[in-house]
Amino acid sequence: MRKVYLDNSATTSVLAEVREVMMPYLGESFGNPSSLHDWGDSPREALEAAREQVAQLIGAKAEEIIFTASGTESNNFAVKGMALAQQSKGKHLVISDIEHFSVMHSARTLEKLGFELTLVPVDKYGLVDPEDVRRAIRKDTVLVSVMHANGEVGAVQPIAEIARITKEHNIPFHTDAVATAGTIPVDVKQLGVDALSLAASQFYGPKGAGALWLRRGVRIMPLLDGGVQEGGRRAGTENVPAIAGMGKAAELARLHLDERMRKLTVLRNRLLVELPAAIGHVAVTGHTEQRLPGHASFCVEFIEGESMLMMLNSKGVAVSSGSSCTSRALKASHVLLAMGLSHELAQGSILFTLGIDNTAEDINYVIEVMPSIVDRLRQMSPLYAKFTRAGKGGS
Amino acid sequence: MPVYSDKVMDHFMNPRNVGEIEDPDGVGEVGNPVCGDMMTFYIRVKDGYLEDVKFKTFGCGAAIAVSSMVSELAKGKTLEEAMKIDAHTVAEELGGLPKNKFHCSNLGDEALHKAIQDYLGKKKQKEGKND
Repeated sequence: MRKVYLDNSATTSVLAEVREVMMPYLGESFGNPSSLHDWGDSPREALEAAREQVAQLIGAKAEEIIFTASGTESNNFAVKGMALAQQSKGKHLVISDIEHFSVMHSARTLEKLGFELTLVPVDKYGLVDPEDVRRAIRKDTVLVSVMHANGEVGAVQPIAEIARITKEHNIPFHTDAVATAGTIPVDVKQLGVDALSLAASQFYGPKGAGALWLRRGVRIMPLLDGGVQEGGRRAGTENVPAIAGMGKAAELARLHLDERMRKLTVLRNRLLVELPAAIGHVAVTGHTEQRLPGHASFCVEFIEGESMLMMLNSKGVAVSSGSSCTSRALKASHVLLAMGLSHELAQGSILFTLGIDNTAEDINYVIEVMPSIVDRLRQMSPLYAKFTRAGKGGS
Repeated sequence: MPVYSDKVMDHFMNPRNVGEIEDPDGVGEVGNPVCGDMMTFYIRVKDGYLEDVKFKTFGCGAAIAVSSMVSELAKGKTLEEAMKIDAHTVAEELGGLPKNKFHCSNLGDEALHKAIQDYLGKKKQKEGKND
């Protein structure tokens, strides 16, 4: 059976070149980068080389990169660390309605610690209006955090415009760029942000490696106290193999960004156009242009996402969904609901995230197998039965 | 390890008794799109037995498998026996359900019981009229 992996927003594969640079640090170069003896040299060099590579990917300085264990940690660190470092100035935060839970729940935790939170809405495409951020800002606002792109609907946010507003008010601005760094051009100077999160597992690097870029002079309170690794801002012996892999993945992403984007956009556009034509009663979620290159997301009417996912899996195709049943918390995607979709439609969420290994044949295969899966589930669906009866009654 | 047991996968991929019954003797509906699962059960009753049971379900793999299993367990049973089918029996027969699915997706017994109650209610009404 054909195997088609279309869940790159969960994680990408790990490139062979990346795996190769990791191996020595799982073998002979096992030393601790903080060690003063010879064993520390090679791991320390690997760490600093990776810092340079990651910095180059986002147009930053190497000394402004703090390595973490994941995008989630970077987001926790930025939101909690920046807010707590400035709490003498104020206790108000602004984030968007569609942030990843690592930002959203960090902000909720701060709420419990006495901070106040304003959530900025999104439109039906999942886009934030910068003017809404302006309206949300108060005298006591100490942090704004809006994601660069949403992994569920692919909408790329107007970060540079929001940054102009936060600058006017002199408020630190963090962006969660986990879905974009290594995928589309990300330049911290062009974006104008003060802090930016990224994760290696989104651009063909290993899991367990993330980074927070923090503009020089921006204050942050460490979440992990201990030794003076990462300039004293993130204690703990570094995950050298993963960080070395992240560095290589960042370098490859920078070198091949345009070519990858071109390829993915072509394949994704086919899905956005051909899939709705093949099954009917399907809505594309997110914006058609302001969207990640390999990202095609839909809501299929009258059926539920997990059952689609499981049936596609039985045909060798891996996808994801934002339906209640798919989430362990059993809640429909907060992103889709924030965009104004009904619960019923949100339950039909299905998400194809393409990677550099995907081919035109993969897309042909998906478009070939989807109609019969959707049809089978619709034949089982009481909602579809009601819809067809109403249609007959009306005509 | 897969999330679902082989039995769940079998009932999900090859659900038994999907469909509707024309002029059913009873209909039972449970769930709503907010929680993600909706089930409608249709029954045909003959001499106190469930002669036929069919269902339509909107929901996850577990919800579809549960509906299929309930229909299979109920078919041919007396109404009394069918009223005794509960969520635990269904989960057991399916070789277990993931913990977080047990409450939200395991509604098939409720839908079946509602269909039986619907039948009994209608029957009572009819008998009342005939008196």
